[in-house]
Amino acid sequence: MNKKTLFLQGNEVCVEAALYAGLDFFAGYPITPSTEIVEHLASRLPQKGGCFIQMEDEIASMCAIIGASLTGMKAMTATSGPGFSLMQEAIGYAVMAEIPCVIVNVQRGGPSTGMPTSVSQGDVMQARWGTHGDHAIITLTASNHQDVFAMTVEAFNLAETYRTPVILLLDEVVGHMREKLLMPEPAEIPLIERLHTSVKEGTDYHPYLPREDGRLPMSDFGGVHRYNVTGLVHDMWGFPTNNPKIAHGLMRHIVDKIENRVSEITRVKEYFLDDAEGILLSYGSSARSALHVVKNRRKSGERLGLLELQTLWPFPAELVRERCAHAKYVLVVELNMGQILQEVKKAVDDPSKVFLANKVDGTFITPTDIRNVIRLILGKGV
Amino acid sequence: MERYRIIFSGSGGQGVIMASIILSEAAVLHEDLNAVQTQSYGPEARGGSTRADVIITDTDIHFPKVTQPNVLICLTQDSYNRFSGIIRPGGLLLTDSNFVKQERKVDARQVELGMYKAVMEKIGKPIVFNICMLGVLVGLTGLISAESVIKALETKFPAEFQETNRKALNIGLQLANSHK
Amino acid sequence: MAVRDYIRERFMPHIWCAGCGHGIVMNNLIRAIEVLGLKKNDIVMVSGIGCSARISGYLDFHTLHTLHGRALAFATGVKLGRPDLHIIVPMGDGDATAIGGNHFIHAARRNIDITAVIMNNHIYGMTGGQYSPLSVYGRMATTAPFGNIDQAFDIVGLAQSAGASFVARTTSYHATSMIKIFQKAITHKGFSVVEVLSQCPTYYGRKNRLGDAVEMMEFFKKNTTPLGSAAKEKNPDLIERGIFVQEDRPEYCAEYKKIIKKAMGEQ
Repeated sequence: MNKKTLFLQGNEVCVEAALYAGLDFFAGYPITPSTEIVEHLASRLPQKGGCFIQMEDEIASMCAIIGASLTGMKAMTATSGPGFSLMQEAIGYAVMAEIPCVIVNVQRGGPSTGMPTSVSQGDVMQARWGTHGDHAIITLTASNHQDVFAMTVEAFNLAETYRTPVILLLDEVVGHMREKLLMPEPAEIPLIERLHTSVKEGTDYHPYLPREDGRLPMSDFGGVHRYNVTGLVHDMWGFPTNNPKIAHGLMRHIVDKIENRVSEITRVKEYFLDDAEGILLSYGSSARSALHVVKNRRKSGERLGLLELQTLWPFPAELVRERCAHAKYVLVVELNMGQILQEVKKAVDDPSKVFLANKVDGTFITPTDIRNVIRLILGKGV
Repeated sequence: MERYRIIFSGSGGQGVIMASIILSEAAVLHEDLNAVQTQSYGPEARGGSTRADVIITDTDIHFPKVTQPNVLICLTQDSYNRFSGIIRPGGLLLTDSNFVKQERKVDARQVELGMYKAVMEKIGKPIVFNICMLGVLVGLTGLISAESVIKALETKFPAEFQETNRKALNIGLQLANSHK
Repeated sequence: MAVRDYIRERFMPHIWCAGCGHGIVMNNLIRAIEVLGLKKNDIVMVSGIGCSARISGYLDFHTLHTLHGRALAFATGVKLGRPDLHIIVPMGDGDATAIGGNHFIHAARRNIDITAVIMNNHIYGMTGGQYSPLSVYGRMATTAPFGNIDQAFDIVGLAQSAGASFVARTTSYHATSMIKIFQKAITHKGFSVVEVLSQCPTYYGRKNRLGDAVEMMEFFKKNTTPLGSAAKEKNPDLIERGIFVQEDRPEYCAEYKKIIKKAMGEQ
């Protein structure tokens, strides 16, 4: 064992990964089941000279990380269901003003106060469409601690690359579960740092004029370039405008910079897909139960495979269509009423072969639950 | 190795969850095994019934919960009544004779030991009851070594608790020995 | 530097109605900054939504025009990111005391080094004249067609009890003292609140038959008095202006620096 082995809760892994990624600033408000993130950062962040603040609510937390990000800091907040709802307006602001930041939502049972200590994956669509208005968003998820680490770092990297808020959707099972983590060595996972403008003092800097490659170099508040940041539709200077041409250009830019790069943003894991007749498609903690089923049934010769999504948004529709093209059936395993199911149905050539194995009662979906649905699909009965 | 699927059950304050963390951490950090630990959250942990699941093995663990334990530990009558029916045939059912009366026969090795009584007589501190229980568990199963448990205890608790912890663990190991 | 050098002419003309008090506030803010000799690069202006919030865009500082009510939360992030910068937050009735009321009392409680300038015109101007938490009891507004039955907040009392270490009140009539108060507020180490009674002749004035802008400013002249004056004893209805609180108390960013020291020492 060369690497440092740790035995941690998923929420603690998220903290370690955020620090690895270079987190400078955290603002949050405690809420189950994400509280361990807030608690651990309260001690870990000042230890490396970073800033931790417990704000008066989740709205303020989200706003504070945007403010901190504008001074050049890597910033993050963490919450669960109700807190995620409160953050939505400011998430939209970060989309519009193109502010890099990371929002962790450790999902719990909803709607409303729901089941605070129970598992759910009910916020998938809220991550996509929670804030008002047309927009694009990046959302990542993970099913085990090694991947929680990798996806947390990835969230920071993508936030910096695309100047956008990135949502990391964990869930109660992954967040609270304790499991092994092999701590990556420094520099083992590449980090993407903020792209700063090369424009010198005295020369006009256009904070919202994308380069050829779509990226927007930033200038930190307090630096030599003074500019305006607003949630209003704005021109290349950051000044508000109602000019339809500029408004259209801005809308296209904030959507296209993400939707045109689906393949670059997509992270998936594939298990036994090559000859799979039945494909389970899952993500987050429920992918663990799905993988359990796949590996077990493979032992008895059943040709099952698993497509595990780590990027939920932008939805990798082309990849899903292609991987599922030859399957006799696709079974989406998720802890909600079928939020990713609908996306899969839209993506595949034959939506009638897509089924749902789910659970929405706060308990975790078991391999038996999934096997029963497979038997029903195959006409074998439970 | 055999896959251990363990349920620790009892009431809040008995240290059931802490015991599950120490055991799984010892397995991962000091025996190079794989382990996953989950627990019931909410008000239960502060006084009501409480449960922690641990899976320990040398291969991958995907599904993290225990549906049928091959080791079941019940430290209250209520948890015994609730869970004794789900034990795997041939498994180990461990209870404390101070809190639980095993009323029926199950297809498992049924062990009733006076762990709480021994701890109170020899140490006088109910807080290390769970450590004693861990001593019995590793003594009866040989799942991991007592040394690994001690190493985990050393990293989890301040130095001034180590002697009492070790004492409690040894009481458990002796109880297990005398039962063999 | 000339006053004009602080203004982004690209943004002109401004959106304020003729006679609005907010221009006087902006003018005096610039003059206070000029007297203090602060560098434009060292100032961040963070604002929310409303007529008052537009000040940020008009001025050549680092400017952050945010969400309704949330300016102080954004400003808290900016300040903690760069404690060396001066943060000024122009706010209106809603930003400070309605949707943003919670952030206001918590920023005051933390005593974080931010200057909040609250332009109290007793009404929501941008949306067209609805009553606000600062509307006087009995006054008319588009959403109070039978008279306002809400009681108004006293900003000075609210800021003081929430923990702000600098609290002052002035009016758009008292321009020269406003400049001095702004200077003190900006240089004060801690959360500073300046309430400026400002006229909205378009909505508050018209709805309540208070006359034009000049008459409304005359009202501020006649109905306010310096803090602790004899006039107040004779006429308790007079509104006091001046500096109510100016205390040296632990500032949040300075306190946080100590936390970092402790945390690093304990490692």
